[in-house]
Amino acid sequence: MSEPEPIAEDDLEELPAWSLSRQAAGQIEIANPLPARVDREWALGGSTGAGVRVCILDSGIEAAHPRVGEVASSVVITVSEDGEPIASADTEGDLCGHGTACASVVRELAPEAEIHSVRVLGAGFSGTGRTLLAGLRYAVEQGYEVVNMSLSTTKRKFGDELHELADLAYFQRTVLVASAHNMPVESFPWRFSSVISVGSHEEADPFVFYANPDPPVEFFARGVDVELGWTGGGTIRATGNSFATPCISAIAALILGKHPQLTPFQLKTVLYLISTNVGGATT
Amino acid sequence: MTPDEDRLHAAVAAGVLAAEDDFARLLRSVVEVARAIFGAKASSIMLLDEETDELVFAAVAGESEQGLVGTRLASSTGIAGWVLSSQTPLVLEDVSSDPRFARDVAERTGYVPKGIMAVPLLADERSLGVLQVLDRPQRSRFSLQEMELLGLFASQAAIALDLLASARRARAALAADPGAEVVARLAGALERLEGPRRAAGLALLEQLTLVLD
Repeated sequence: MSEPEPIAEDDLEELPAWSLSRQAAGQIEIANPLPARVDREWALGGSTGAGVRVCILDSGIEAAHPRVGEVASSVVITVSEDGEPIASADTEGDLCGHGTACASVVRELAPEAEIHSVRVLGAGFSGTGRTLLAGLRYAVEQGYEVVNMSLSTTKRKFGDELHELADLAYFQRTVLVASAHNMPVESFPWRFSSVISVGSHEEADPFVFYANPDPPVEFFARGVDVELGWTGGGTIRATGNSFATPCISAIAALILGKHPQLTPFQLKTVLYLISTNVGGATT
Repeated sequence: MTPDEDRLHAAVAAGVLAAEDDFARLLRSVVEVARAIFGAKASSIMLLDEETDELVFAAVAGESEQGLVGTRLASSTGIAGWVLSSQTPLVLEDVSSDPRFARDVAERTGYVPKGIMAVPLLADERSLGVLQVLDRPQRSRFSLQEMELLGLFASQAAIALDLLASARRARAALAADPGAEVVARLAGALERLEGPRRAAGLALLEQLTLVLD
């Protein structure tokens, strides 16, 4: 099936934002980007993630790690005394190993995706929520196609702002992929419907992923006993939803590499349709 | 609640809550049970010191037990820092292959674990610290069931820690307010009474309230 033409951005900008006149209704025909049957071959067959920028919002990424390769940019987010977020070049690398681990998963599955590091850790725990918000805002402003968030906050005071940011990302076509919390606490942003939330399954295949018929966790991906890049140039084996999340980030990058016109809503639909337990196991 | 009432409540709470020593024993019991249920070599609880923004070892069981309590770590770097900051559990094997980790930990504790299970201690929206279980036996692949157990156990530990934090706040309030201390002693004494003496004590307090109101 031939690829439909994406709607021209210029045309969209001239249309009214809050209402639709009878005249304008005739001008917003949108080519359906999805074929009659969405399968894995259509969704990501042949894609390497080339042309897609994946941001790892985490503890930094170790430079020149063999499992990660080139990191296109690395910034560290700090918040000034008067609350202003500051993004500056990050020369510290990875302060934990976790960001490198997430980046190694993205590189493993989407080898030609462009990886960017936004470090939101290291300045002390007390400012973590504020820094996380500032880092996410920075990532959304950069217009990264995919932002991997293997972290969350339980602070309700940040919930509303995170919600607004998640919606902003959603409407400007930045896909937020967030780790689900597997503890009995309320946390953000993974519960928001504008993000893609990820939990773990126990299988070893990184391309096996399941749609959850009983959200708020939307997808389950490989997250148990995974070999990952870690600081010091080596590898470790690790378990956590935070390692399932970059699997879905990478698969999203593969899909967007092939179908850049997809909105986050359409992307989530494609992920659902090609999930192992929906239609993905047969192709 | 007004600040005065708040202090009074804190003081009463301090009067009836067990002593801090009891909580320390509870913490120690938590790490010992954590170590036992996973068959691990060691286990520890680190508490967040909000004033200095550091993680402090509060209880340790197993290897490197000696002298580790009271040791302070940066609150947002390393594995414990990441777990605290991201509020997400993490299980790592072969972590000693990371030379920086091995050096940092060995310098502090003299014991380098191969495997770490680390889980945040979360009470409502507060982050209290991190529970770590070190070197579970590598007899089998880690399972989601163990992850769930870790999370459930950490939630229980967080409840204990939250009580400890309340007691500490209450004791601080008490120390700063001699008036409240009297009320706390009264509350504590009343709590220890039983049967008719307790009923009589409560009746006396009722009458006292009428006089004072």
